[in-house]
Amino acid sequence: MATLPGDTIEARIAELEIPFNRYGVDAYGASKAHMRWMFGLFGLLYRHYFSVKVIGIDRVPARGRAMLVGNHSGGIALDAAMVIAACFFEKNPPRLAQSMVEKFINKIPFASLWAGRGGQFTGLPEHAVRLLEDDRLLLVFPEGARGTAKLFTERHSLVDFGTGFVRLALKTKSPIIPFGFLGGGEAMPTVANAYSLGQLLGVPYIPITPYGLPIPLPAMMQVRFGEPLTFAGDGTEDDEVIVGYVDEVKRSIASLIAEGRAPQPALLNSGAPR
Amino acid sequence: MKVLIVGVSSAIAQLVVDQLLSAGHEVEGIDRRDWKKAPIAVHALDIRKRAAEDVFRKMRPDAVVHMGTVTSLVMPGEERYRINLGGTRTVFEHCRAYDVAHCIFVGRHTYYGAASDSPLFHTEDEPPMALSSFPELADLVAADLYAGSALWRFPELHTTVLRLCYSLGPSGHGTLGTFLRGARIPTLLGFDPLFQFMHEYDAASAIVRSLERRVRGVFNVVGPEPIPLSIIVRETGRRTLPLPEFVFAMALGRFGLPKLPEGALGHIKYPVVADGSAFARATGFEARFDVAQAMSEYRIAFPPPSSS
Repeated sequence: MATLPGDTIEARIAELEIPFNRYGVDAYGASKAHMRWMFGLFGLLYRHYFSVKVIGIDRVPARGRAMLVGNHSGGIALDAAMVIAACFFEKNPPRLAQSMVEKFINKIPFASLWAGRGGQFTGLPEHAVRLLEDDRLLLVFPEGARGTAKLFTERHSLVDFGTGFVRLALKTKSPIIPFGFLGGGEAMPTVANAYSLGQLLGVPYIPITPYGLPIPLPAMMQVRFGEPLTFAGDGTEDDEVIVGYVDEVKRSIASLIAEGRAPQPALLNSGAPR
Repeated sequence: MKVLIVGVSSAIAQLVVDQLLSAGHEVEGIDRRDWKKAPIAVHALDIRKRAAEDVFRKMRPDAVVHMGTVTSLVMPGEERYRINLGGTRTVFEHCRAYDVAHCIFVGRHTYYGAASDSPLFHTEDEPPMALSSFPELADLVAADLYAGSALWRFPELHTTVLRLCYSLGPSGHGTLGTFLRGARIPTLLGFDPLFQFMHEYDAASAIVRSLERRVRGVFNVVGPEPIPLSIIVRETGRRTLPLPEFVFAMALGRFGLPKLPEGALGHIKYPVVADGSAFARATGFEARFDVAQAMSEYRIAFPPPSSS
């Protein structure tokens, strides 16, 4: 893990290839000042609370447009936070992964503000296209909210993928970097989801854990990036073609999850997610 | 070129007049409001009244700039509807009747609406999305769409629909300038939307540029990149007064706050940001002033009340 002298959050933010204006804000509202706080918190979680192992970070392009596509793992968006942290703390120079967040986030005070200032925007095709055309690094979870709703027993499974991300990748000529995320289910062992309570609070559901509260445990996590995938086309292909590409991405992610679950010498007897 | 400006007494229209006169154009205006020491003939008329038609008949303008819509939500809805939609319709009817070659409708970027699920950087082909939560915008949206329909209904009339973002500058006029007038600016706790504005001089220049380049179509007109509301408040020397949404909603119409519909709160909760690249490509328009200059000039002209 990169802990070089002078490896401060501020210095890494300065290395991001993002055109911040004189107020430290980019055209989308991502803010240096807010990112300092965000990565301070993510860094604590990433380095000290969870133990996150990252494999294949070099497969994430150093610059230019790309789409990180992976599975959801854990009842809340810890997976997104740790992938964003991995791209920020492990890549040199760092990159800001910009996730496509659920629409309900924008309605919630402070969550809306911090998501936007942290460079995380509502999952709209318009945002995805614009960010990719600006050569940003997009983070996509094609399982959507159904993915975070997976129970502990389903933690290594994949639910249905949406197909829009492949069309966007084709339209913008962006490579897809698949990743498998493990350990979110152990951190947030969801035994049930309280949908009615969630609706009352303006969120899709509240994950219920054996200890009641949706508070993550200090589990080990893995992010395994796979080889970049590029497909032929311009995004106007028939559904059958697109579904074929989506299946290929899904198979790649499933195989990365399987690799992560396989016994590995370095991880044996270390409590790695199984 | 003979140019008639409807709604000529507004701050931006006056700047348009200055720039047109400097460029050697002949300009007249129509407005119910007074413009003292106007450098042009201003006809104190309601555009919907018979006498306004006489101005068209006598002047025979080559181009008409329609800036006579109102945004004040304090005005009763029915009256606003009559002015905005009825006035726009009348302008286009007169343009056709008196062989005007070019008509520019100056609308607003708030056409797109502020909603939690609307994208940043609206393009001109996007429909208005927030009418269900903010029906009071309907008259401005209707006027914009009516003007846009002239593009196919009256092909002989060169039509330009401009959706201008907020303006800010030393006149202090406009929605944003008025909103920022006090020392403490009420905001919604937990929200800090991006705001898009341009210096009022640039807003006027964009209108003049549309006239000179005779662009046809619907265009967003924006300045430099958007910035968060909190920065605008800070840079204009004000302080925010963050209020929980339910408190803000209850306070509307009390404690010196205007009595606005609740839907108006969406505009300080969610961003309305438009993509101005099509206009820049069509006209070569570039803002002369950056946001810092616009905010600084506003701050000098309107220092925060406590320090004045």
